[in-house]
Amino acid sequence: MAKLSLEGLKKIKESVEATVTLREGGYRAKVNIHMGTCGIASGARTIMTAVLDEISKRNIKDVIITTSGCAGLCSREPMITVELLGTAPVKYVDLTAEKMREIFEEHVLKGNILEKYALAIGSETTF
Amino acid sequence: MATRIFRSHMLICAGTACVSCGAMKVRERLEQELKDRGLSEEVRVVITGCNGFCAEGPIMVVYPEGIFYGKLKPEDMPLLVEEHILKGRPVPKLFYVEPVKKEVIPRMKDIPFFGPQVLRVLRNRGLIDPENIDESIAKDGYLALHKVLTQMTPEQIIAEVKKSGLRGRGGAGFPTGEKWEEARKYDHFPKYVICNGDEGDPGAFMDRSILEADPHAVLEGMAICAKAIDSNEGYLYVRAEYPLAIKRLNLAIEQARNYGLFGKDIFGTGFDFDAWVYPGAGAYVCGESTALMFSLEGKRGMPRVKPPRSAEAGLWGQPTVLNNVETFANVPQIILKGAKWFNSLGTEKSKGTKVFSLAGAVNNIGLVEVPMGISLRSIVYDIGEGIKGGKKFKAAQLGGPSGGFVPEHLLDTPVDYESLEATGTIMGSGGIVICDEATCMVDSARFFTNFCVEESCGKCVPCRVGMNVMVNMLNRITHGQGTMEDIERLELLGQHIKETSHCGLGKTAPNPVLSTIRYFRNEYEAHIQDNRCPALVCVDLIQFRVDAEKCKMCGLCKKACPTDAITWEKKTPADINIEKCIRCRSCIQACKFNAIE
Repeated sequence: MAKLSLEGLKKIKESVEATVTLREGGYRAKVNIHMGTCGIASGARTIMTAVLDEISKRNIKDVIITTSGCAGLCSREPMITVELLGTAPVKYVDLTAEKMREIFEEHVLKGNILEKYALAIGSETTF
Repeated sequence: MATRIFRSHMLICAGTACVSCGAMKVRERLEQELKDRGLSEEVRVVITGCNGFCAEGPIMVVYPEGIFYGKLKPEDMPLLVEEHILKGRPVPKLFYVEPVKKEVIPRMKDIPFFGPQVLRVLRNRGLIDPENIDESIAKDGYLALHKVLTQMTPEQIIAEVKKSGLRGRGGAGFPTGEKWEEARKYDHFPKYVICNGDEGDPGAFMDRSILEADPHAVLEGMAICAKAIDSNEGYLYVRAEYPLAIKRLNLAIEQARNYGLFGKDIFGTGFDFDAWVYPGAGAYVCGESTALMFSLEGKRGMPRVKPPRSAEAGLWGQPTVLNNVETFANVPQIILKGAKWFNSLGTEKSKGTKVFSLAGAVNNIGLVEVPMGISLRSIVYDIGEGIKGGKKFKAAQLGGPSGGFVPEHLLDTPVDYESLEATGTIMGSGGIVICDEATCMVDSARFFTNFCVEESCGKCVPCRVGMNVMVNMLNRITHGQGTMEDIERLELLGQHIKETSHCGLGKTAPNPVLSTIRYFRNEYEAHIQDNRCPALVCVDLIQFRVDAEKCKMCGLCKKACPTDAITWEKKTPADINIEKCIRCRSCIQACKFNAIE
């Protein structure tokens, strides 16, 4: 392999940094995917795949994904909770992969709550 | 370049301690479980260096939540994956339980063991994969090397290290910058950089853990030193008992070479540096710098007369800088963050942090990094969370066979080179062994003295003969045949050995005896005058007997006794025949009512 320059060093740093910041708890937004039996049965996994795909496609470093169990509203699954650091968490319901991508773009990245998919704002905090 | 994103990272500690508790089997099962559930693509399993909390091994930390799981077994993995990873519910039954208040603590950052620690040298411990150079680079690895090669003159490097106040972490505390400055002065080439990883103190494992957790920090420190003194060659002398450290170092060197961070023309600046690992054959004296160099040259490891110092004529008679693993690991951050950042922590003469391996009778044994100046009490009680089994603290042994015992009333001594020396011990390389009330001080002193007798290279008379005489006296005392004059003789002889020995081994070898006489003279006197071992350790001086009031006449002790020394019949208390008793303690362990003393 060719000799590494400072640029090379920085490139490696940038590409791996995201993985390491995850371990230091430095993040701006959290997407919590509800993955109880009901969630999984109604397709939470496709939601998870969509979020992971968006994050890696856009090379996002400050968003983390967590999973949690059933939120108690099984009829409205798949469900997620989006929480930007310092703001109230928002629950989105009846999701599909497409809706998930839209929410990611608008809410997670731009900070605009998508009311048309939202169930509630300011429910329990999960941080 | 976009790397694959994983939603969760599971960091398994693969330091020697955790590996020997079965961390690799846990990992195997975990990976299988993730694969079976189709989660391998979104969850990453990372193997890290020592996490530090060895008592809880095998350890895994799961991010992003930062949940700490300890004492894992392969059988726990299906539950852990199903609950935590699939359903997002951390598994309480695998959480850490705090030993004093029995509190369950899920998150690593909330565990008291980690609280008072300041991680500088160990900043990457349990956080990066030591076998992957990219992760080290993500944490600013080799950035300091780039800085010194492109923006600093050797004089500036040395000035910065001097200003930082960094002192040798191997034990003696020689100022690192001064050592480098002296080596730079001489004009015969080639010059050498040596990393001393011959960690021989019983109970010490700091250097091993650093090498296992963050090998690149040490390598980078060596390269920076090389630039400062105009050297192009380095050696890492690591004891052969550390196979994992050696493996990771070799891997790290190879990866650095592949990236051109080691080898010729580093960063295109025309500077060449390469390093090799040399496994030491395991002689304690080879931790002494001149003996180490002889050993590297293929000769018998024996210290030589100084001067000339190694900086002038070291390896193969050439100017050489020899520093300890931890010293080198400190260097890159001093360069990157500055001397001021470094010396913002610590006391007047001891700056920065110190890594200790905490072992013995404390609740939390493990690897800890604390600011210089913290009290021993804080290490024992805040980080170590007190003595196991509610017993009483007796002494802290620092510095291994070269160090001494610090008693209870001196526990508030701040950890720095000078304060510790004043108590009769040394900072040493950082091994702390905690002794509880069941430890006999005379016996412990005998253990360390015996260690030095075995490890003495035999070159000079005081150490070779003197230590033997000391151990014979100690043996007599522990067998109940000592005289009061022995104590004075031990003190006198110890002083002579300290003053007249040739190298550091002999100069410090009497410390364990001298410090125990100083602080625990009463125990020596009890052995000699009363024929009694207060801690019930020295077998010739103890007699077991049955407390008839506590005895429930169950007969378990009789079954346990291998020499048939116990007489017992139904409905009568047991009795011990002293003639037959070999003091093996089997009966004490068998008794459920503490009736045997």
